[in-house]
Amino acid sequence: MDILSYLIPIALVMGGLWLAGFMWALKTGQFDDPEGSASRIFDEGDSHEE
Amino acid sequence: MTSLATDYSNFVQSDQQGRHRIFLTVEGMSCPACAFKIERALNNNDVEARVNVTERRMMLSWSGDSSAGGKLIEKASSLGFRFSPIQKNSETSPYSPAVLLKYIAVAGFGAGNIMIFSLALWFSTRSTMGDSTRDLMHWYSALIALPVVIYAGRPFFTSAWNALRKQSTNMDVPISVGVSLACGVSLFETITGGEHVYFDSAVMLLFLLLIGRYFDAKLRARAKSAASDLLALMSGIATQVQDSKISRIPAAAIKPGMTLMVARGEKILADGICENDTIVDASAITGETLPKNISMGEYVFSGMINLSDPITVRIEKSQNDSLMGDIITLMQKAEQGNARYVRIADRLARWYTPAVHALAFATFLFWAFATNVGWQTAALYAITVLIITCPCALGLAVPVTQVVAASKLFKSGMLLKSSDALERLAMIDTVVFDKTGTLTTGEMVFENAEDFTADEKEALASLASASRHPLARALTIALGEQSLLAFTPREIEGKGMEFLADGQRYALGSAAFIGAQSGSDEKTELWFTNGTDKKRLTFSDKLQHDACEVIDALNKRYSVIMLSGDRSAVAKRTAEELRIPSWQGEITPREKLEFIQDMAAHKKNVLMVGDGLNDAAALSCAKASMSPASALDIAQNAADIVYQRPGIGSVMEAIKTAKKTQKIVRQNLSFSIAYNLLAVPIALTGNATPLIAAAAMATSSLIVVANSLRAGKD
Repeated sequence: MDILSYLIPIALVMGGLWLAGFMWALKTGQFDDPEGSASRIFDEGDSHEE
Repeated sequence: MTSLATDYSNFVQSDQQGRHRIFLTVEGMSCPACAFKIERALNNNDVEARVNVTERRMMLSWSGDSSAGGKLIEKASSLGFRFSPIQKNSETSPYSPAVLLKYIAVAGFGAGNIMIFSLALWFSTRSTMGDSTRDLMHWYSALIALPVVIYAGRPFFTSAWNALRKQSTNMDVPISVGVSLACGVSLFETITGGEHVYFDSAVMLLFLLLIGRYFDAKLRARAKSAASDLLALMSGIATQVQDSKISRIPAAAIKPGMTLMVARGEKILADGICENDTIVDASAITGETLPKNISMGEYVFSGMINLSDPITVRIEKSQNDSLMGDIITLMQKAEQGNARYVRIADRLARWYTPAVHALAFATFLFWAFATNVGWQTAALYAITVLIITCPCALGLAVPVTQVVAASKLFKSGMLLKSSDALERLAMIDTVVFDKTGTLTTGEMVFENAEDFTADEKEALASLASASRHPLARALTIALGEQSLLAFTPREIEGKGMEFLADGQRYALGSAAFIGAQSGSDEKTELWFTNGTDKKRLTFSDKLQHDACEVIDALNKRYSVIMLSGDRSAVAKRTAEELRIPSWQGEITPREKLEFIQDMAAHKKNVLMVGDGLNDAAALSCAKASMSPASALDIAQNAADIVYQRPGIGSVMEAIKTAKKTQKIVRQNLSFSIAYNLLAVPIALTGNATPLIAAAAMATSSLIVVANSLRAGKD
């Protein structure tokens, strides 16, 4: 059972990383427009500008 | 009107860097490609447009002149989309969907990680897992659960606290009590090395309920008062005439006895007597699109727009007592009334909370005094009753169903503006329609083109094309391409058009202008003369393409009523054509409102469908209301649902969806209650282990969500 003492913290850190990643995605507005973001890749004009 | 439509200054936000922003709703967008088309048309070095396809919104920002936005929007509008500005900050409530998503993430993280320990705990016994390992796992669970509950439970705790402070109760009270007790007891058990902890239940409960809350927040009305819009419309500056001197006074300072001058295109700001002959646009009062002739000494009402040369009006009433002031007061009252509507979930909470808490208390009393298990165990049993009856499925039952139904409506071009609108819509038994712009398209159609020869048509086109009168424009459209005669017609305002050719007077206008006797059937008419003959042109308001079918279908189940500000003869013809059994014409906005209030007093639940300023009060007072997207902003604000499809088919679809949604909501609620009836005996007898509590909660929630998804099917 000793293995638990470091496996559990590792699991929690991994979960924490997921949470931080999700918060980052939320903050940068990646959930604001799911429909539009999904289609934006098909917009040809976007990448050639500037 | 154009100057009014392009004034976005109230909606533009500017920052210190000289950058301006405006948020707009976009109508007429059918696919993401449309969004890119708009963005490509607008974006350059100074301008940034970003369209949100999911919400059909656009953020437009630009630098430089703050009024340049109007031009940009005009440019985008020319692509065939309709934009209307919205106030962005009206949405920033403390528990907006974006904030709730954060709470969901934290609760989800907590629930997932605690479950790792719970699974181990559920499937091991004393012989397979040592006490110290079990205690370690309890401590880890506590370490995750407590911060998660304190953080993610806030929406429920604050709402419950607010309800209790007002000495009322809502669904959040049993949730808060359940969650805090579950955590408190579990912490106590953890510290004392007890056998069972309920951290998993508490966090999973929060996780599932937050999902429900998130959907609810997405639907939450962008509550905006239509009455205050109307108020803004009636403010302004009036021109007072006193001892042949002119002074400018604010609208609020208008008093009876004053004489005001109203220029062409200006709004009359208070009721009074008109001292000239004139023509006014009375569409705000009557809903009728055709200009109205006013003769000297006639009463004019606030909200009318003067279309002719400047007039003077002797004011009889102050602005607050004027017709529009009256309507504003009535609307404010009606809006307060509708805000008092109690949603089905909260009605349920009113007896659910006391019942559950009484049950838990009874459990405690029974185990503490009728048995010999000791008061600590009795308290534990009472608390498990609270945990297992926690209204998890109840919290999901309503919002999930409603959000599924709302997104179905959204796909059919209907925007649901408040979360309880579907509930109210499902109750209706009477449908009241406005005529112009709702049952009809509001466009006039020239009926008897076949009565005219080619020469006459040429003359008609020449006369009509020079006028901006709605009937003349309808005529121009109906006649199509015609070669025009080389004479410039003269417009005599409020009467008609004429020109002289080869000594003959060609004229188009009212019966009196031509010198004819107007028709007895009271149709909307114009007369034409080529100097010798007099011929009558009749016009009718074009019905919506699906009006007949929809009214027929509605007639079978609901009582259908038409209220029109238009002339009775016209209203009668429309009602007969559509087989509407009950109708009223020449009705004022106030009478419309009183009609709806009277229906409500007779226990009728009315759905009001209308588009005009004259419907706004009736819309906000009816049980449920709908408005086409072509309606005035004020009517759209007052309505619960705004529909974009032409025709009135959306009304039928909305009612059907609402009834179906409500049926599913009822099923979900009954299921949740049935689940509680089953689970409570287990808790009462002290047999509810953490595994049973968690499993019961998860399955009941899943069943409710699965059932809710049916609301989106046809």
